[in-house]
Amino acid sequence: MPRVALRARDLGKQYRLGRHEDGYVTLRDAVMRRLARVRHATAPATPASKPRRPTTLWALDGVSFEVAEGEAVGIIGRNGAGKSTLLKILSRITEPTRGEVELRGRVGALLEVGMGFHPELTGGENIHLMGAILGMKRTEIRRKFDAIVDFSGVEDFLDTQVKHYSSGMFMRLAFAVAAHLEPDILLVDEVLAVGDASFQRKCLTKMEEVGSQGRTVLFISHNLPALTRLCTRAILLDRGRLVLDGPAHEVVAAYLRSGLGTTAAREWPDLASAPGNDKVRLCAVRVRNADGDAAAAVDIRRRVALEVDFEVLQEGHRLVPNLHVFNEEGVCAFVTSEVDSPWHLRARPRGRYVTRAIIPGNFLAEGTYIVTALISTMDPVAVHVQERDAVAFQVIDSLEGDSARGDYGGPFPGAVRPLFKWETVVSPLSVGSDPAPKPTASLDS
Amino acid sequence: MLSMAGPSANTLTEPDSKPIFLIRPGSSRIGPRLAEVWRHRELLLFLAWRDLRVRYRQTALGVAWAILQPVLTMLILSIIFGRLVGVPSGGIPYPLFALAGLLVWQLFSFALTSSAGSLVANERLMTKIYFPRLVLPIASVLSGLVDFALGLAILSGLQIAYGVHLGWQLLTVPLFAVLAAGAALAVGIGLSALNVRYRDVKHALPFLAQFWMLCSPVVYPSSLIPQAWQPVYALNPMVGAVEGFRWSLFGQGPVPWSLLAVSTTVVVSGLVISLVYFLSVESTLADVI
Repeated sequence: MPRVALRARDLGKQYRLGRHEDGYVTLRDAVMRRLARVRHATAPATPASKPRRPTTLWALDGVSFEVAEGEAVGIIGRNGAGKSTLLKILSRITEPTRGEVELRGRVGALLEVGMGFHPELTGGENIHLMGAILGMKRTEIRRKFDAIVDFSGVEDFLDTQVKHYSSGMFMRLAFAVAAHLEPDILLVDEVLAVGDASFQRKCLTKMEEVGSQGRTVLFISHNLPALTRLCTRAILLDRGRLVLDGPAHEVVAAYLRSGLGTTAAREWPDLASAPGNDKVRLCAVRVRNADGDAAAAVDIRRRVALEVDFEVLQEGHRLVPNLHVFNEEGVCAFVTSEVDSPWHLRARPRGRYVTRAIIPGNFLAEGTYIVTALISTMDPVAVHVQERDAVAFQVIDSLEGDSARGDYGGPFPGAVRPLFKWETVVSPLSVGSDPAPKPTASLDS
Repeated sequence: MLSMAGPSANTLTEPDSKPIFLIRPGSSRIGPRLAEVWRHRELLLFLAWRDLRVRYRQTALGVAWAILQPVLTMLILSIIFGRLVGVPSGGIPYPLFALAGLLVWQLFSFALTSSAGSLVANERLMTKIYFPRLVLPIASVLSGLVDFALGLAILSGLQIAYGVHLGWQLLTVPLFAVLAAGAALAVGIGLSALNVRYRDVKHALPFLAQFWMLCSPVVYPSSLIPQAWQPVYALNPMVGAVEGFRWSLFGQGPVPWSLLAVSTTVVVSGLVISLVYFLSVESTLADVI
């Protein structure tokens, strides 16, 4: 029976909603409020000038859970569900308003890659500084220095100021320091949202390693495939409350089904804030069923179209829309890009484009699929749009006997569920000297 | 079972060696929190080292600025107050007199300004990682001490050039540096937390520093203040710090005991008040900033 590494009881965090969006007040406001209060005391009949808005918000409300030593737990939920607030309380950045947490062991928090780095310092200097900020002892940093440099792959630039680093190098170095912190309990917030694909893979591998070393990991991510791969268990938060706690893939699937998370269609009506850059911006990503309707659930026997709707703002780029489709275990089922299209590798004029990848029926297995949409150029490779978990859909088998399942209703393994053609040869059982039976049809027919 | 790799394996497989933390609202008391600052002393030094490295980076003159600033100010003051106004300096050449005052003053004003702004300047750290927040204002004072030490070397050189005697009193210089830094912290710690909530501090600070300088014997000797006002004047801890520093350099007269006692008492009580305020709001700082 593993021991408990973390026990949260009835955690609550209340925030006051101030007048200023950015949370701070000026002395004048405070003085005026005091004065107003005095005036109110003498003239209580003053009518309220404005309708009263709620002035407080429970960002976290009555959250209780336990995590065993060595367990990896994912925390999911919409933006504003309280995920970050929870990690901030666990990492002691902020105090809970009520409830308590018991933690066994050293806690390391990685809430932002690159936090604590100073642009004017060199790479080597920053390793020391950030190590100290993360709570490493000087001797510990010195001992791990080479390993950190090795992991980061920036050994040639150790004496270069970090402000001259590319963002990729910066991220690699920052993550390398954090990855060598050896806490008993590791708290990670959306760190994998940054960096290029190969770097993300490296981070994931390192995270898996951390988990396999028996450390306790709490992990927030919108990257649901990665989360299901890293975590055995997940907690779903919604408006500050814990609504579901269970095996990661089940909680992720429930989250997607509930509509709390990703949906079948996502649109960015405001081009300026849409994913993308000055060359191209994403307008929408949609899942369409065989009838052309946006749908979150599709029939396993019928085709499904994944639609990428984008606007080219700058002409002359050979833009290639592509889609990465993950299943609920976090395995990438396939990647598809617009190869089979008249627009393949043609410089596109400005305009609005809608392109669809048609996935045939009887191809995907039942379950939830999460789609990441990208728009890239290939030579040189550059990613202009990358929208993680843009849409999700479910493939459903209605068990009518004409899918790959046939009449079998039980658990049906397999990453894909194609309905293959089977060929059968029957040879009569004759006692004699017939030669070996010949197939009735050849393979290429 | 735990299976750990690495040199920390021994400590972690030992079942009862892991510290247990309890997080609950308003649980922390002042004593343990000061102890925690002490445990984070390496971080404190690292942050001070960072400030020092960064301050003069990408400047053509580099660390020479730490010397140029007080020396150039000294030259101007010597012309205006030494020559034109004729401020008495008790038998000490006015440039030496002024530079001594300026060095302690700049230590104080740098420490005050940077500690008061330290929390806001490190906003990203404050919202992304936990460490005792008190480390920030304290660390920001430390790098000022290095500038002070450099200035002191120049001043001693000048003193030898002027043929002014250097005595055993020089050994007491660190005491007055600590007194000045302590006076800055006594105000700066409280202001740093206040600045998180009320950015007015940022605007009030330059005015406060200027006003304070006029109330301290930097460009004039404290003997110019009428006798009747001396007790009130002495409540400004910088009076003790500046006069004490001059005494340790020029060795004139008896040890200024009473002045020092008053200054130290004021600084210590200021520090206590500042710390109590700081620690009472510390847990909410990350929410407000």
